[in-house]
Amino acid sequence: MSLFDKFQPLIDVRAELERAGVMPFGAVTEKILSPTEAIVEGQRVILAGTNNYLGLTFEPECVQAAQQALAEQGTGTTGSRMANGTFAGHIALEEELAAFFAKQHCIVFSTGYAATMGLASTLAGPGDVIVLDADSHASLYDGVRLSGAEIVRFRHNDAADLEKRLRRLGKRSANTLIVVEGIYSMLGDQAPLADIVEVKNRHGGLLLVDEAHSLGMLGEHGRGVAEAAGVEDAVDFTVGTFSKSLGAIGGYCVSDHAELQAIRFAIRSYIFTASPSPSVIASTRVALRLMQERPQLRERLWENAQRLYDGLKSLGFKLSPQVSPVVAVTIEDRDWAIACWSRLLRRGAYVNLVMPPASPTSDSLLRCSVSAAHTPEQIDRILEAFASLGTADTQAAK
Amino acid sequence: MPDYDEFLERIFKILKPFTKPGVMLNKDSELVTQLGLTSLQVMELIEQLEDHFDISIPLNILPDIRTVHDLATQLERLEH
Repeated sequence: MSLFDKFQPLIDVRAELERAGVMPFGAVTEKILSPTEAIVEGQRVILAGTNNYLGLTFEPECVQAAQQALAEQGTGTTGSRMANGTFAGHIALEEELAAFFAKQHCIVFSTGYAATMGLASTLAGPGDVIVLDADSHASLYDGVRLSGAEIVRFRHNDAADLEKRLRRLGKRSANTLIVVEGIYSMLGDQAPLADIVEVKNRHGGLLLVDEAHSLGMLGEHGRGVAEAAGVEDAVDFTVGTFSKSLGAIGGYCVSDHAELQAIRFAIRSYIFTASPSPSVIASTRVALRLMQERPQLRERLWENAQRLYDGLKSLGFKLSPQVSPVVAVTIEDRDWAIACWSRLLRRGAYVNLVMPPASPTSDSLLRCSVSAAHTPEQIDRILEAFASLGTADTQAAK
Repeated sequence: MPDYDEFLERIFKILKPFTKPGVMLNKDSELVTQLGLTSLQVMELIEQLEDHFDISIPLNILPDIRTVHDLATQLERLEH
């Protein structure tokens, strides 16, 4: 027995991929050319797996703000938000996010992971119950495991199953944290938030929604699935990230609960890490403003998502039921999925390869994410790369 | 309230289709190392038990479960 024994399955998979000359996990981007193009593993590719939904990473105003902050405030804060790491920019961003979400309070974190994991690990504790969607992100699972609370899963996007779980809890349901996402990261499907809120209203508890993949995409103002479903008032805590639609890195939580301002001092992932660098805060603030000023980005994003979804569908690929900026192609055979990922790269399209247990089922996924910065021609080139793989029927035969 | 034997019987019933030919299924069978269940299949087993007995099985008990016996014991504890 050795500490390393448990890693043997991982070691075997890695060796297998190396033998095949493919390394989809951690492919090196040698040169990034624009929000939608790069040289990856020596290939010039269209980027179709970056979560850069609004394409703001090279936005001149964002870059200029980051450069100015870098020159004026230095490369890092070198400290925790609770010590020397709270600069005026952090406070300004918290105020701007609270105003954007029309909520009273906001906390800014160093990463999205720190935000979701931090809230999920802190809000409920021993003696409390957390009921979370089975397909929740790893950061939420990590958080709830750390919480010490009793953890119950409900079937993915199944409000009736959630209700069953809360009913079984009886009076304890009032002491429960319900955890869901807005758009789910792997398949791009949306939570039925109106139904979930109805269940919450009947049984009590607090609701946390992770809108990491829906910020800037849905609702009149781009606040996410809760806004689109008209249930923002029933959401107790919204968490999200700056690393997708806002093109930087960092995370946030907004809420109308005044307790959030004290809770921040109980969140270990907020306290025991350095705060976001001034340049990151500066570009995020500009991106947040641009996202509000340019609703056309959202429109373009959905046009591109529809174009890619329709194109892949007509090629015969198995897709998730809902059109979304995350378009996931399901491939049953893992080895074929690896081969497809490699072929796509050689044909000029970078997508994400997702294998179990990271995928929600025993199938593998070629997960695409669309950007507002993609041109229709680029979407067509991604489709051409997929077309070169063959149809779903020929895949099944391989 | 179901007892240990009822839980055991139901677990055997659910596991039967998952069990590979030649693999003996008894209360000492280890779910992952002997029966070869994937993490998804373990969750499917849990969901089927939840539906059948109308209970919620907290994820917290999973680290303490290696065998069929462990699972039945933990379920009995939940109920009492």
